[in-house]
Amino acid sequence: MSSIARVERDGVLSPSPSPLRQGGEREHLTAENAEDAERRGVDHPSPSGRGVPARALAVEVVKLTRAFGPKPVLRGVDLALEQGERLALFGANGAGKTTLLRVLATLARPDAGTARVGGLDVAREADAVRRIVGYVGHQPHIYEELTVRENLRFFARMYGVRDAAGRAEALIARMGLAARAGDRARTLSRGLLQRLALARGIVQEPDVLLLDEPETGLDAQAFGLLRDLVEERAVAGRTTIFTTHAAERGLELASVVAVLARGRITYAGPAAGLDAAALRTILDDSAGTGRGR
Amino acid sequence: MSDTNMTRMTTRVNTTEISPPGVGGDGALGTASAFARQVMAIVAKDLRSELRTKQTWSAMALFALLVLVVFNFAFDLRVENTAAVAPGVLWVAFVFASILGLGRTVAAEHDQGPLDRLLLCPVNRTVVYFAKLIGNVLFIGVVEVVAVPIFAIIYNVPVALGGLVPVVVLGTIGVAAVGTLFAAMAANTRARELLLPVLIFPLLVPVVIAAVRATSALIVPVARDAPWVGLLAAFDVIFLSISAVAFEYVVED
Repeated sequence: MSSIARVERDGVLSPSPSPLRQGGEREHLTAENAEDAERRGVDHPSPSGRGVPARALAVEVVKLTRAFGPKPVLRGVDLALEQGERLALFGANGAGKTTLLRVLATLARPDAGTARVGGLDVAREADAVRRIVGYVGHQPHIYEELTVRENLRFFARMYGVRDAAGRAEALIARMGLAARAGDRARTLSRGLLQRLALARGIVQEPDVLLLDEPETGLDAQAFGLLRDLVEERAVAGRTTIFTTHAAERGLELASVVAVLARGRITYAGPAAGLDAAALRTILDDSAGTGRGR
Repeated sequence: MSDTNMTRMTTRVNTTEISPPGVGGDGALGTASAFARQVMAIVAKDLRSELRTKQTWSAMALFALLVLVVFNFAFDLRVENTAAVAPGVLWVAFVFASILGLGRTVAAEHDQGPLDRLLLCPVNRTVVYFAKLIGNVLFIGVVEVVAVPIFAIIYNVPVALGGLVPVVVLGTIGVAAVGTLFAAMAANTRARELLLPVLIFPLLVPVVIAAVRATSALIVPVARDAPWVGLLAAFDVIFLSISAVAFEYVVED
């Protein structure tokens, strides 16, 4: 299925059937990431040098379940994602995409099963996971009465970034918010708010970035910023997982694709060679599979 | 691979210097320093937001003044009754106004998901509790600074400021300690405005009794009275300890 090679523990390259595995073994890196890590003289691609043990999978989810009251939302999700991958998570409304991201972001606890980010258990090592995870949900999670600059400085301080002011200015420039940096967040348009939310999500340069329908409200220019951001992160060995309903844009951003239907991963494979029509067929098939369970 | 992609592939992303909260200093001192920095960052953020909107302070102050005025007409305030009635009125005004403020400050944090903005950050949940507690004490304190002089004038009570300050501070901390915890708990429910007073009024009874009796003793000193200020301090320690520990379990999913 995939042409991406994996580096085994002994460093021997071997072809991989898929960069995205369901509940597979750990200690794998993509060849691309291993080269990047070697070039940078670090044991692993984590830019922060903290949190992610060497050669840990970026994300590993095993038999994860989560219910809200009597209603099961996640019903045994298995997922393993290597560092530097860009996963597009598709699925119908109510399939459990947001819940899965919230579990990985430590905002929701698993009922059963395990979820690890950078080798860290989201339930037992939540504080360490928060340092290496960025999350941008449906809500921008910013303070509307603070300015763009104040928001980013505040969150940089919360994440322990040493030069919070400098980091805030860098993100303002990076996300094209310089003209509105002194304006209160509540005066921003939906698209500009989403840019600010993305800037907040990467304020500590997270090893794993979780984006819930990040393209919402973004114009073509802003989507270009998002695409560049995701690609640069992949080059640096950082993983991005995003949910979306937009097949074309999702495939444009992703290196791997998964489909979540009725609380289970029903499809996982590389994005290369997959077009929107084929993806829609897979989604329709997955919905049928889900209904049967 | 296109040239554009090649360019992207060789782009180095600047690494942000991050000192893990609570680990960046010299042992316990560094941990305490990080704790204090994070608490003050949240408090400063809340104060900045409130100074721009002034919604909470203005509502609380107006409500406290209304209570003082209404009770002034409702009770028989002859000189011999004042010492018995006035302290109770003062603390009813403070506690009622506090409920407004407690509900508002936590609700403002919940407008984009229950505390998600703070819970996403790698900060100890106790940091969040103490930051919200300090913010609430400051909010209530401003209302008290406005209300006490007006109370002294309306009820013709000679306020001994030196003695009243510790009583008001301790009473306010007690109200805020319980209120911050239960406001966070109630905020996850639909009927939070109704639930908050129902939850915290019974728990505030010891604090209010001690505060009222301590204030009354300042107006008309009583020989061999119970050490109400000491009891108030003891209630504060108990409520602070329990609430700080329980807060994590209240806000975590």
